Amino acid sequence: MKRELIPLNMLPLGSAAKVRSLTNDDSRTRRRMLDLGLIKNTHIEAIQKSPSGDPTAYWIRGAVIALRSDEASKILVEAVSGE
Amino acid sequence: MADHFVVALAGNPNVGKSTIFNSLTGLNQHTGNWPGKTVTNARGKYRHKDKSFILVDIPGTYSLMASSVEETVARDFICFGEPDVTVVVADATCLERNLNLVLQTLEITGNVVVCVNLIDEAERKKIKIDLKILQARLGVPVVGASARSGRGLNQLREAVYRAALPGVVSRPLAVDYEGTIEEAVQMVEPEVRRTVQNKINSRWAALKLIEGDHSIIKSLRDIMGFDLINDATLANRLAAARKFLQENNYDSDAMRDSLVFTIVSLAEEIAREAVISENQKFNSRDRKIDSILTSRRYGLPAMITLLGLVFWLTVTGANYPSEVIAGFLFWIEERLTEFFQWAGSPPWLHGLLVEGMYRTLAWVVSVMLPPMAIFFPLFTILEDLGYLPRVAFNMDNFFKKAHAHGKQALTMCMGFGCNAAGIIGCRIIDSPRERLIATITNNFVPCNGRFPALIAISTIFVGGTVPGIPNSVVSTCALMSVIILGVFMTLLISRILSATILKGLPSSFILELPPYRKPQIGRILVRSVLDRTLFVLGRAASIAAPAGMAIWVMANITIGGASLLDYGAGFLQPFALLLGLDGYILMAFILGFPANEIVIPIIIMSYVSTGSLVELDSLEALRQLLISHGWTWLTAVCVMLFSLMHFPCGTTLWTIKKETQSWKWTLISFLVPTLTGITVCFIVAQTVRMLGLG
Ligand SMILES: Nc1nc2c(ncn2[C@@H]2O[C@H](COP(=O)(O)OP(=O)(O)O)[C@@H](O)[C@H]2O)c(=O)[nH]1
Ligand SMILES: [Mg+2]
Repeated sequence: MKRELIPLNMLPLGSAAKVRSLTNDDSRTRRRMLDLGLIKNTHIEAIQKSPSGDPTAYWIRGAVIALRSDEASKILVEAVSGE
Repeated sequence: MADHFVVALAGNPNVGKSTIFNSLTGLNQHTGNWPGKTVTNARGKYRHKDKSFILVDIPGTYSLMASSVEETVARDFICFGEPDVTVVVADATCLERNLNLVLQTLEITGNVVVCVNLIDEAERKKIKIDLKILQARLGVPVVGASARSGRGLNQLREAVYRAALPGVVSRPLAVDYEGTIEEAVQMVEPEVRRTVQNKINSRWAALKLIEGDHSIIKSLRDIMGFDLINDATLANRLAAARKFLQENNYDSDAMRDSLVFTIVSLAEEIAREAVISENQKFNSRDRKIDSILTSRRYGLPAMITLLGLVFWLTVTGANYPSEVIAGFLFWIEERLTEFFQWAGSPPWLHGLLVEGMYRTLAWVVSVMLPPMAIFFPLFTILEDLGYLPRVAFNMDNFFKKAHAHGKQALTMCMGFGCNAAGIIGCRIIDSPRERLIATITNNFVPCNGRFPALIAISTIFVGGTVPGIPNSVVSTCALMSVIILGVFMTLLISRILSATILKGLPSSFILELPPYRKPQIGRILVRSVLDRTLFVLGRAASIAAPAGMAIWVMANITIGGASLLDYGAGFLQPFALLLGLDGYILMAFILGFPANEIVIPIIIMSYVSTGSLVELDSLEALRQLLISHGWTWLTAVCVMLFSLMHFPCGTTLWTIKKETQSWKWTLISFLVPTLTGITVCFIVAQTVRMLGLG
């Protein structure tokens, strides 16, 4: 069954997803994302929003990384159901 | 052969490179729990057995693909700095991601020693690393360490020593890319090798050329003198390889994705073999702390409370030692005076040396030293805990709205220590536009030279104004308001700059929130008290002493009944009054250009030399002196405001010139805070007077 792709910034806090694709138009930001190890199938979890709701901190490959919603919206993920 | 080996210290940000550097070399590079402290290469020496080594602490990076300044600095050093050995420091608690950089480094050079640091933290988190498997897989020596306690550093020295000796050949793991890419590399590599021979790794250079990495072409030409662009055969081969890739549907993004995919997958695979983790779930203690310190409800209040607590401790704690030190230093002054009288020295000599130089020094030491000695350890504890990145996380949305970079919050925090350091720290901001904004506005947070003055004035004038509430609480609140105003002005001016001379939108922002780490309280105390004390005393001696003498001379050379000081102050008086200040205060700010520490001492000196001489050994005496010279609460407020917002000190401006390489931006950095301060003071003073409050 094919699941729906959502931009990462729509991923609810506390839920996990797998990265499907990066859709950045600017190649520098894209590289930055790749540096974090955000390749296809990478497991990612939304863990904390900052007081004003943006940015959001994500759990990526053993590190906590904060991304602004502008950047997160360029990462398409597929939600995985809770463990 | 050279009489020493060069060792590069590479690794991701915040993995303990500088801690290792400090332990090995005995130097004192800035360390702290947040990514981005080290922005320049630092060099230091150490000996092991019969050889000496030059260790180079390079900025931390996540990769070597050179998409930022730090990455270019790091890559150029590893690649062209011809280090004999490159130590890649990796974080044991997060090995997989660190392996990414290790693998990229192995592509450039085989002379690598991998140091898996933070083993103690990994143990605490029940993560075990099998160093043997890691070493076998990577094909280079791997040592485990826990740099803060010194564990494993001897093995590291030994491994580096061995790797540096000639004749040692390692067989580093080679990364195999997808077939098509490998074929393209084959087409280009022989040509590259013909030019660069074995000076650098030709396979890697070929890969970068195919990838279209322009910075590498430039670096090859500038640093190594290899002109690859005008090499016709190579150009042909490159074109052919690119065409081949195109035909196989690899455009440059697809190619890069594939390269990264291969490396990251390999890192994943190695980590799976070498890391034994009982606790798969992410660090729950940190998450709990963050769910308070960065939460919607408590995030900002917690930040303000923490800052308030730090200030309150500083204000309360500084009071008593200040008086003790002042009492002691002025007791010495009396003895000095007696000595001069006994020796029968001329009055001008006594005036110049004791009333001029010594007294200024005494004021700098007694007013400045105690608050610094309390504030800095406290601030460093927050820094070591890992709180600063949380500040940036909490405040990012404000900076985004100001069209500035989220990391500006970090450079702002560094400004509390020293604005010049804050300016250098601005290098962590990639985008030139946002870096300039951070540079120009850095002065809106008071550095350690201005803090104590703010504390003294708020203690004297604001402290006792609210009956029923302890003085220290009131003056802490006053101080907090000044700081919050400074932050607000930072944001406001950043926004204005982004709409005018530095037009643009905020660029992308990625911030790592490192795990909380237990600060080394003992070391912090010793270091910050010793370093700060020595630094302040050094600066006091070199700047306050001559300034004190100059002031004394100006106050005592009279022309037509008035001293030079009076002329100067008289000249500035009309303008100063508009700003709620007086001529002497404004002059003190101007004379304090070399160092903000001496502003208050100069004000005191000028008043003392013109008015009745009082025993100045307590804050109460200082209060009397200031009041007798017409200070009101309005004067105090305007002095605090002007202290917060005026031209950066000489050192800071010089640093701005060096960093921006431009007189224009240096001038703008001078004008922006000065004009802001003048405007704000003018408005405040005039409004208060108009309302008849002041
Ligand atoms: N627990 C623990 N903390 C460490 C160790 N090495 C460094 N640290 C801390 O980690 C933080 C980052 O260290 P630093 O040397 O500044 O990292 P750099 O960015 O790689 O230069 C500092 O707060 C250090 O005190 C270690 O082996 N164990
Ligand atoms: Mg460092």
